[in-house]
Amino acid sequence: MRDSIKESLLPIAAIAAALLLFGIVVWFAGVNPAQVWLLLFKGAFGDWYSWQNTLQRAAPLMLTALCVALPARAGLVIIGGEGALVLGGLACAALAQELPLPQNIVGTWAVCLAGAAAGALWIMLAGWLRQFRGINETISSLLLAYVAIGLFKHLVEGPLRDPSSLNKPSTFALGQGLQIAGIGGSDVHWGFVLGVIACGVSALWLRWTPSGFSVRVVGGNLRTAQLMGLPASRLVLLACGMGGASAGLAGAVEVAAVHTSANASLIAGYGYSGILVSFIARHHPLAVIPVAIVFGGFGAAGSLLQRRLGLPDASVLLLQGIAFVMILASESLRDFEWKALWVRIAPRAGVAASAGALERNASKEVSA
Amino acid sequence: MNPKTFNRRDSLKSLAALGAAGTLGAFSELAFAQKPITVGVIYVGPRDDYGYNQAQAEAAAALKKMTGVKVVEEENVPETAAVQKSMTGMIAQDGATLLFPTSFGYFDPHVLAVAAKFPNVRFAHCGGLWTEGKHPKNAASYFGYIDECQYLNGVIAGHMSKSGKIGFVAAKPIPQVLRNINAFTMGARSVKPGITTNVIFTGDWSMPVKEAEATNSLADQGVDVFTMHVDGPKVIVETAAKRGKMVCGYHASQAKLAPQAYLTGAEWNWLTAYNTFIDAARNGKPHPNFVRGGLKEGFVKMSAYGPAVTDTAKKSADGVKAQMIAGKFDIFKGPLKDNKGAVVIPAGKSYPQTDIELEKMNYLVEGVVGSA
Repeated sequence: MRDSIKESLLPIAAIAAALLLFGIVVWFAGVNPAQVWLLLFKGAFGDWYSWQNTLQRAAPLMLTALCVALPARAGLVIIGGEGALVLGGLACAALAQELPLPQNIVGTWAVCLAGAAAGALWIMLAGWLRQFRGINETISSLLLAYVAIGLFKHLVEGPLRDPSSLNKPSTFALGQGLQIAGIGGSDVHWGFVLGVIACGVSALWLRWTPSGFSVRVVGGNLRTAQLMGLPASRLVLLACGMGGASAGLAGAVEVAAVHTSANASLIAGYGYSGILVSFIARHHPLAVIPVAIVFGGFGAAGSLLQRRLGLPDASVLLLQGIAFVMILASESLRDFEWKALWVRIAPRAGVAASAGALERNASKEVSA
Repeated sequence: MNPKTFNRRDSLKSLAALGAAGTLGAFSELAFAQKPITVGVIYVGPRDDYGYNQAQAEAAAALKKMTGVKVVEEENVPETAAVQKSMTGMIAQDGATLLFPTSFGYFDPHVLAVAAKFPNVRFAHCGGLWTEGKHPKNAASYFGYIDECQYLNGVIAGHMSKSGKIGFVAAKPIPQVLRNINAFTMGARSVKPGITTNVIFTGDWSMPVKEAEATNSLADQGVDVFTMHVDGPKVIVETAAKRGKMVCGYHASQAKLAPQAYLTGAEWNWLTAYNTFIDAARNGKPHPNFVRGGLKEGFVKMSAYGPAVTDTAKKSADGVKAQMIAGKFDIFKGPLKDNKGAVVIPAGKSYPQTDIELEKMNYLVEGVVGSA
């Protein structure tokens, strides 16, 4: 219990420190830091509008973060979620275009599953190359993302193009019945719920199922896993497949809920932002949820900061950068023995006040 | 910038205007008709990109100087749900009633989705996609016939090129881009019929590394005058200048980046379009849905000639420009062949700039080396 308090207090303290530093930076730029803090809060979490803004931005990040987190638990560093996302979006649009789907929830599920399947296969390819061809999965997944984007553009600008999309090559738009609407009239679409569910299910899978446990063993110590007779390669492919399916689903949801057709606007870097989200969440699926929301909040707050104070967009990137450095730096405090520090300080504090005063005076003289 | 002092300054200004109106009496009606307005401008890239976004931001900067107009801006907004949020944020949080979402990809589905939710807010989108009967009345398109300026770029390039090879670095083979490549080539060939344009498509709007590679590769092939159609021409202009080649700019003026190598450039003059929408909004007139024009209407302009441009070249380009402004010059007229030898416009047929047939252009004209 104490540990989990420490686990969550550290990043909160890191973000607070980042906000403080950011305040100093904008102060030097001639902007009142208190006003910046107020606007950051107002823009991200100030009212219902801001909450919708934040949650909507967080939705795709949760799913793309899982594309990093799940393979990471099996010991892989996959950074090509962008590729799975764009192919997921493409598969979603292509299925709707090529097959007469029922224009209702069944059709929506079909296009979403198509997206998930495309993403799963793509990341499993990177996992397969690693397990059976000895190719580093970090490099191959990143390069495969470029291949995926190339493939996406070729198909969207060629065989799958809606001929009426003259200056912005796109596929045909999804039928109204296939599109995903907002939750209860709000701007937050069901993709957010899917993201939360995916994070929750992933956490349960890793924690409570034999296969989830086996994946963690493979990631923790491959030799041990092999000694125990676990099918390491199959488990690695499973983790890659689940991660890829999440990113592919994110792409499908982006198409079905936001863009309505697959086009170059889909390539917006969600896959890459997911890498940061996952690393900050320490590849823990449940921690991905709040981290993605904080990220969404940065985006929402940055928007207001630009409009109200005329600060450049780069200022929010700066804040994000400071926040990451602080969070990474706080990692070094994770194993810090606070108790030991307390043990060292406490006896002195316990000594009679006069002695303390004496000591302080003495140290003052020394420093003087 | 503190919004409070900003507002105070604004209210002081309007108070002064009120006072002036009171003393002048006859003008008071006019002063009251000009309602204060908050305008939102959204850019897909940075405001200072020496290109597409800067051209829009220059117009927004001019708006800021107008009395009673408050401008809120946001840059680097991707063509995702983020831009819908920026638009609704400008409406809900800043009270904007006229929005300029400037990137082409914002229109469908983002502007359309938000415009349907806020029927009392006016949207003016850059790119020319608004269609009568299909799109809402509170949305609009503005665009300019910048191929006129690319034709003039071509005339200058035709005079200045020594190798007879000129280069075009382009993003995607879409109608708007093809029209510019064709106009540039035809301008150059109107001076020297043997000139060829080498084209390289980079595949996307902002690909600095590929743009530099394309420029170097074209320079290696003997190209000595460059122009482009990408979002930020900065890299191409600088690379070409470094290679000792000449450049005709695009979107905004890049003269500052290469004062010696810069010949002239095709620039947007968006303030004309912005003013049209603001006047209508402030005077309660219906939203002008389809706004466009060329050199004649002041939607586009040419950069000032650089020091290298010869007097003959200037005279020749100015002559064509005068004809364009007088409305006596059609760029696309028959007989015109594409670069595969097929006739695309028969002899005797001529398309004025306003003809929508030109917006479906899918060919490269004779003299262009490359394929769409």
